[in-house]
Amino acid sequence: MATEATRDVQKTQQSTVAAAPEQTRTGPVYSPAVDIFENDSVITLLADMPGVKASDLAIDLRENVLTLTGRVTNARAGKESNVLSEYRPGTFVRQFTLSETIDQPKIDAQLTDGVLRLELPKVEKARPRQITVRSA
Amino acid sequence: MLVRRVWPSRPTFESSFSDYDQVRREMLRLLETATSGDAGEQGAGVFPPMNITQDDDNFYIRAEVPGMKPSELSISAVRNRVSLSGKREIPREHERASYHRKERPEGAFNRAVTLAAEVDPERVEARYTDGILTLTLPKAEQVKPRQIAVRT
Repeated sequence: MATEATRDVQKTQQSTVAAAPEQTRTGPVYSPAVDIFENDSVITLLADMPGVKASDLAIDLRENVLTLTGRVTNARAGKESNVLSEYRPGTFVRQFTLSETIDQPKIDAQLTDGVLRLELPKVEKARPRQITVRSA
Repeated sequence: MLVRRVWPSRPTFESSFSDYDQVRREMLRLLETATSGDAGEQGAGVFPPMNITQDDDNFYIRAEVPGMKPSELSISAVRNRVSLSGKREIPREHERASYHRKERPEGAFNRAVTLAAEVDPERVEARYTDGILTLTLPKAEQVKPRQIAVRT
């Protein structure tokens, strides 16, 4: 059951790394932590992208590959010197392969407080249907 | 370069960084960088990761705490000690949802840092934008660098 469902949203992390397009921006590339869950009608993806503004987030869908790219601009002002550095501004990138069962034009994205919420509705025909058996 | 952020489940509840500690961390980081060929972060491995910077007047603490409400964060400052605690809760969405991935960290956290100089707790400012908490901690008057004029 689980494997059946996972086919709808697949991580293409491995292939991404192998054929990763070269970044034109310097700096680290992070893979954001995501939660993915689904119910009968929609698959929801939540991704932690702290520091990304809506204008710096690109969601690209082509040939069933969904690419999330979020850029973080350095928040510090010019004259600050480092005391402790545990994270660096970089780019969040992650790719997923979507199956045909996603109603692609109806995908909805929302970015609130550094968390991206992506709603991927399933097409009507892919939704499970309860079939009632009539007695003759 | 793809960097995956992991949170080792070490029971580290606070991290302090005295000058010595800072040097030690930097050494470790350099060693790590030299051996792995990776520009590893010198994180304490606890949530949330934070950056601390300073200029003449202020310390700045920035912490990555995406998806939290300001009311869920508790910040306190006493002398040169600043602590940040809170609980990140990720609500379960629907009753019938089945999860494929659950990577986003949740739970209670508490981090305390000791700064190299005292701050003025009355004037500490906290802002929360795009999932990043920024604390501006003005240095206490007596520790600010002063220009001393030489009289002839």
